[in-house]
Amino acid sequence: MSNILVNAPKTARRGDVIEIKALILHPMETGFRPGPNGRILPRNIIERFTATWNGTEIFAMDMSPAIAANPFVSFFARANDSGTVVLRWTGDEGFAAEHRVDIAVE
Amino acid sequence: MSRRLLVVGLGLVFAASYATAQVGADKRRSGYQDMGEALQKMQDDDTANPGMLFVQLGGQLWSKQTGVADKSCADCHGAAAASMKGVATRYPAIPQGGDRPVDLEGRINLCRTEHQRADRLPPENRELLALTAYVAHQSRDMPIAPPYDHRLDAFRQQGAEIYRRRQGQLNLSCAICHDDNAGKKLAGVVIPEAHPTGYPIYRLEWQALGSLKRRLRNCLAGIRAEAWPLDASEYVAVELFLMDRAKGLKLETPAIRP
Amino acid sequence: MDRRLFLAGTAAIVILPLAPAAATPDAMAEAIRKVIGTATPTEGRVKLDVPPLVENGSTVPLTVSVESPMTEADHVKAIHVFNEKNPQPNVFSARLGPRNGRAVIGTRIKLGDSQRIIAIAETSDGKFWSAGADVIVTLAACLEEAT
Ligand code: HEC
Ligand code: HEC
Repeated sequence: MSNILVNAPKTARRGDVIEIKALILHPMETGFRPGPNGRILPRNIIERFTATWNGTEIFAMDMSPAIAANPFVSFFARANDSGTVVLRWTGDEGFAAEHRVDIAVE
Repeated sequence: MSRRLLVVGLGLVFAASYATAQVGADKRRSGYQDMGEALQKMQDDDTANPGMLFVQLGGQLWSKQTGVADKSCADCHGAAAASMKGVATRYPAIPQGGDRPVDLEGRINLCRTEHQRADRLPPENRELLALTAYVAHQSRDMPIAPPYDHRLDAFRQQGAEIYRRRQGQLNLSCAICHDDNAGKKLAGVVIPEAHPTGYPIYRLEWQALGSLKRRLRNCLAGIRAEAWPLDASEYVAVELFLMDRAKGLKLETPAIRP
Repeated sequence: MDRRLFLAGTAAIVILPLAPAAATPDAMAEAIRKVIGTATPTEGRVKLDVPPLVENGSTVPLTVSVESPMTEADHVKAIHVFNEKNPQPNVFSARLGPRNGRAVIGTRIKLGDSQRIIAIAETSDGKFWSAGADVIVTLAACLEEAT
């Protein structure tokens, strides 16, 4: 179960530039911190965040351990046509999560 | 470094701030007001506030069947927006048939053991924090309203005594920091008035959600006092006192704190 | 009084310990070279918003905005953010284009200590633009006991 919060408008006028904000539950363990037993905790981060609009990639971000825990990303998109925006997070330990938003453009 | 040096240092910090202190009328401030604009914005925006991820998780757990009874919270309580509205404003409280106060987490654990017939969730357990945040979030923006129950007086009194008692290697009381020096800076940090308005909070230092108990343990560590055991009644007593002291202030759960 | 001295005494400092060699301004310069090659970025067009003073380095809000019409002919292709003192100099690298409409990205980063942050944008004409900001991190008091 992943916990994801996304804020994007459900409708937009053609050509509008809309903001998409996304927050996901993830420790973003840096791989540099000692754990309770003094040993370094293995790195466990989200490495990549992407957004597609009707299948075309419109935004991608490579993350480093310097991105804060429970990563937050906001970006903009031009609403050209109605469709589905798919947000995807992938990272260490096979982490993969996805969230879809349908946006009606008139 | 010697402890003496520290105490002297602390004295200096306070002495310096005493000079510029403006003792005003009773104008209580939530820790929210002591934060910078960036953090206030983070708290106010539900898709920027990481505490909301835990509220979301709590909402998922709310309708999940658990325990021997195979019942979910929702099976008995229905929609939390209605049944849990205002509940967090009046905790800790004495449960039906009980004689000692429990905090909201304790109350939820009672439902787990008595009604769901599931195990108690341990302190700081993620699911327990998420459920507590979800329940408390239903009271966001509502004023803290401790119950009128005279059976609570003795416990609250115990909390008040702990609050005023000097303790730890630094020999400080909660009151010295949070009453006498609130609003002043300690090591670059504004000392808040210690109102429990936002619990469970997302503390940036923890990079996670945590309870008032955990926050109090941090303050105890700060003054080099031994923290009470995790299940000690002291935490509930102090919370009763703090909630009474914060009566009328609005709940913010899930709050952000540095 | 020295703030660290005080903290060292009152609480175990568990704030993002920089266990391995921390990134240095040199490491940052090297990381930047890897991304932009021999080009020299021009200061301007990029705006880097970070609070100058943050209460806790573990979650610092950051927004990069680049002045650009974001058209097919003239847009921002990439935005990179670097720092001086974290264990690694790269913070993030983002790819964008005309479909974004506005070249503005927000996120939150970790800063182990007070330091300088640099944002570099690459525009569709192959030029690089940059902006920098200094952030002072005040340490939280009364931290966790180191268990
Ligand atoms: C089988 C029914 C049942 C289930 C399941 C149940 N509860 Fe309860 N809950 C009750 C009853 C009945 C009360 C009233 C007090 C009592 O008699 O124990 C109560 C009281 C409460 C209260 C205090 C309300 C107040 O006004 O003070 C809270 C908070 C609460 N439950 C939360 C939960 C949560 C969270 C869950 C799921 C983890 C849950 N309950 C599961 C029956 C249930
Ligand atoms: C040396 C001064 C000092 C003492 C003594 C102290 N605290 Fe604190 N307390 C702080 C500081 C500073 C913060 C804010 C922490 C930060 O931002 O790093 C704080 C935060 C808090 C908060 C969180 C408030 C919020 O907005 O969420 C509570 C509650 C609290 N303290 C209660 C107590 C209690 C109860 C005691 C006594 C057991 C105590 N403190 C002792 C300095 C102190």
